[in-house]
Amino acid sequence: MDSDLRKKLLREMLFSRRFEEQCYQDYQVRKIGGFLHLYPGQEACAHGVMAAARPGEDYVITGYRDHVHALVCGVPAKEVMAELYGKATGSSGGFGGSMHIFDASKHFMGGYALVGGPFPLAAGLAMALKMQEREEIAICFLGDAANNQGTFHETLNMASVWKLPVLFICENNLYGIGTAIERSTAELDQWKRVAPYNIPAAWTDGQDVEAVYAAAQTAVNHVRTERTPYFLELKTYRFRGHSMSDGGAYRSKDEVEEWRKKDPLEVLLDRMVDDGQFTREEFAAWDEEILSEIEDEIVPFAEESPLPDPADLTRYVYVEDDPWVHGGPDAQGGA
Amino acid sequence: MAQMQFWDAVRRAHDEEMARDPMVIVMGEDVGVAGGTYKATNGLYDSYGAERVIDTPISENSFVGIATGASMLGVRPVVEIMSVNFAWLAMDQLFNSAAKIRYMSGGQFTCPVVVRSPGGTAHQLAAQHSARMEKVFMGIAGLRVVTPSNPKQAYGLLKSAIRCADPVFINEHERMYNLAGEVPDEEYFHPLEGSEVARPGRDITLFGYNISVHWCLAAAEKLAKQGIEAEVVDLYALNPLDREGIKASVSKTHRAVIVEEAEAPVGVGSEVMAIINEECFWELDAPPARVSAVNTPIPYAHNLEDLVIPDEDDVVAKALEVLGRG
Repeated sequence: MDSDLRKKLLREMLFSRRFEEQCYQDYQVRKIGGFLHLYPGQEACAHGVMAAARPGEDYVITGYRDHVHALVCGVPAKEVMAELYGKATGSSGGFGGSMHIFDASKHFMGGYALVGGPFPLAAGLAMALKMQEREEIAICFLGDAANNQGTFHETLNMASVWKLPVLFICENNLYGIGTAIERSTAELDQWKRVAPYNIPAAWTDGQDVEAVYAAAQTAVNHVRTERTPYFLELKTYRFRGHSMSDGGAYRSKDEVEEWRKKDPLEVLLDRMVDDGQFTREEFAAWDEEILSEIEDEIVPFAEESPLPDPADLTRYVYVEDDPWVHGGPDAQGGA
Repeated sequence: MAQMQFWDAVRRAHDEEMARDPMVIVMGEDVGVAGGTYKATNGLYDSYGAERVIDTPISENSFVGIATGASMLGVRPVVEIMSVNFAWLAMDQLFNSAAKIRYMSGGQFTCPVVVRSPGGTAHQLAAQHSARMEKVFMGIAGLRVVTPSNPKQAYGLLKSAIRCADPVFINEHERMYNLAGEVPDEEYFHPLEGSEVARPGRDITLFGYNISVHWCLAAAEKLAKQGIEAEVVDLYALNPLDREGIKASVSKTHRAVIVEEAEAPVGVGSEVMAIINEECFWELDAPPARVSAVNTPIPYAHNLEDLVIPDEDDVVAKALEVLGRG
């Protein structure tokens, strides 16, 4: 990976880290409600994969830990923050919240809160792309625990039989909510669970963004050119709890500390310092800039934006004024 | 206006819409090569091929999810779930995805997916093939639910559902696919909201939907012989229910019986009664009543099955009771 791309990814991962930490703080003072699932520790996954894909063009879908996936697709950070604040300027107009960031203009097809729910939706996006003979692909980011849902097996089967251009990214962070993978899952290597479906599968170190990028290039290239599915497992770890209500009783401090030594930002920064491409002082300067941007622009935007208009409460339940509800545009006063 | 069987009316609606729009596809178990369990997709595979008439594996939840995902990008999938009993398996994708994506995205995406499925009791199919599930589907905000009682509605409701931008669940009936009726020769779009007066009357309203419309019509014939003019209202739309239509009929007849093939709790009957209470309670001359199935899973033995499911005579008896002549 050249120095420019390394710098770009390091900067973007740092931004994602600080964005999520801001969310953590704002949740503590109840500016953000609901459930909040944060991404620190896993940044190399979303950033590394999307560096190999076409953010804003390829169609991305994920679970409820979705803020950073939205950011890497180009959803403006202030709109993500405003969504968390439940504001009208949020990416989903305040109707979705943390778990349901959407942005049609960036082809970010949403975060979903049912574990495993996005698998078939992703295959459906790919089916549409295939029917419409488009060159974009669908990319589905989910965690290891989603692979214990029926939708994983059902969807892999159909995506394979129907030859759908969908890339499944498994961010294996070793825990399904608060249950360790070895206590819930018969096969620890998630990529091996794909073999029966005749879908090519690979794995790599999800803490090393360069490794992720390299593996994702192969994966994305396969789906884009072959127009068939591919599965990539990224071995990773989340530094914080499953959600903000997670007491963390299910894993040891030693384990968390061990994984913190593999912080994806540090892994890349160390390598760049060793290679003489970047200094820790420059990194600290970036950090200052990013913190200022979050503090001076992103949070104030969310704070100062209006709440959704109560008049819109029922607006999006059904499509407004759809003529086919009443017998079509030529119908005269219904039945 | 030609006579057409119910299955053929559904098939014709598919065929016309697929011919018009290459984004209309059909998915489901045995819908393609096998021609459809109830022939509702018969011949489509030969006309439109495997890419548009897709035989699915038996994975109801995920093929409904795939259809929903495709619909987000402009595909218009029509999914057949072979039996409504199997649709329980697809509730996650139908309720959590299709019905909610528009709302939780703040209106950015729509899910114009149609799911058709036959429910109801046929003959000795026992507990796991005799569900009447409309009560579950009609309670979900964001999901339109319609239920045709005749071939014309079956044709026109599917035509409209395919073109409507909202997700639509079409509740058909296993015993009605061979029912014949008149269907317009020209293209016809049935409204997805509202209700129809299937037989006008002035003394009492019999509310039915899907198969129970036929029990109501038969009961109205028998009541007419006793000098009672029953009005039959066909609630072809279950979500949303036609509050105005219910109010208009009850305000005219002042008495109401709601007839459903399903067991009573949390059903169409209780919901229509609630609407009558809310909209026109003071118009009533007698408490509304309902005719429902016995609250059991469906038994296999034919004598027991017959006991569970209401018929036209139950409707007549209940109507007479409401009229004070029971």
